[in-house]
Order: sequence, then structure tokens, then C-alpha cells
Amino acid sequence: MQIARVIGDVVTTVKDANLSGIKLLVLQPLDPDGNATGRTLVAVDAVGAGVGETVFFVRGKEASFPFHPIEVPADAGIVGIVDHWDVEKPAGL
Amino acid sequence: MQLARVVGTVVSTQKHAAFSGAKLLLVQPIALDDTARGTALLAVDSVGAGVNEKVLIVMEGRAAGEALGRKGAPVDAAIVGIVDHVDVRE
Repeated sequence: MQIARVIGDVVTTVKDANLSGIKLLVLQPLDPDGNATGRTLVAVDAVGAGVGETVFFVRGKEASFPFHPIEVPADAGIVGIVDHWDVEKPAGL
Repeated sequence: MQLARVVGTVVSTQKHAAFSGAKLLLVQPIALDDTARGTALLAVDSVGAGVNEKVLIVMEGRAAGEALGRKGAPVDAAIVGIVDHVDVRE
């Protein structure tokens, strides 16, 4: 799983039937310091996240597990909203 | 999932049985500003996308098989939606 910021959303009318009613959000993965890192991606939302929030997401088939038994064709899914996170750096770094 | 632009079609006569009737499209992954990102790839299309359309693709085997409606199909990418618009607010 990775931490990311929700930076936008995607609107689709024509889509796989098993995606209907599911929110699609644009994510920017973050590094431990909260800086953008890596490529943006689109994820299904299982927790009611919104633009501007920091979330954590899962990659792979597991992204569809929250929607069981509906087999959602997704490879990335938001599974939590981050309240805050702390990184402790060793002294001297 | 990734945003991509459909750049072409692929025709194949001799292929695995799981592909019969499936439409194969050549898609180019794109960034939020519509610039190409990475190498183009083949994706099965289950939503009726066409060349030049912006689409949403999954790049994971089981999800792609589900989109095709055939579990265990030897696919690793599928088009699951046609993008109307992307709204980036940050």
C-alpha cells in the first residue's frame, strides 16, 4: 500500500457495467515527506474520499475486494483516508 | 488504472481461444496533460472504444480478464471506460 493525495476525478459515461456507481479518483503518490513522487494514476474509491484528501491505496486485484461480490475491473483502489502520519528520522540525517 | 489514448487497432486471426470476438486496440498511456508516457500497449476493449478516444485502462491480469468477461483469459490489459473528462483541482 502507498500514501497518495487525491488531486482530481475522472468522469466516464461509457464503462464496464461493474464500474457503475463507483467513484474514480486521480491519485498522486507521496513520499514519506509528503512530496509528490512517481506517476499519477486512477483508482476506485471504497471509502468516500474526496479531492484534496490524503489517502492510502492498494494496487492489484485486491483493489476490487471492498466491492465483493461485484467483480470490479480495477487495479488500484483507495482503502483508507489518512488522518496524519509521522516519520521519525534518525539524528544526523 | 491509467489514462490512455487509443492510437490504433490490431487484427489477429490465429490467437488463443479466449480472444475470439475480442477487440484488440493499441493504446498509448498518457499523463494528465495528455502527453505520452511510456510505451504503447495492447488492450482488449469491452466498452466499444474507438481510435483517438481517451480511455481508462486496467493493467492487471485478473481485472483485465473480468473486463473481458472470461476468467483465466491470457490478458494483462483492458479498456474499462471511455473518459468524458478529467477534472484536476490541485
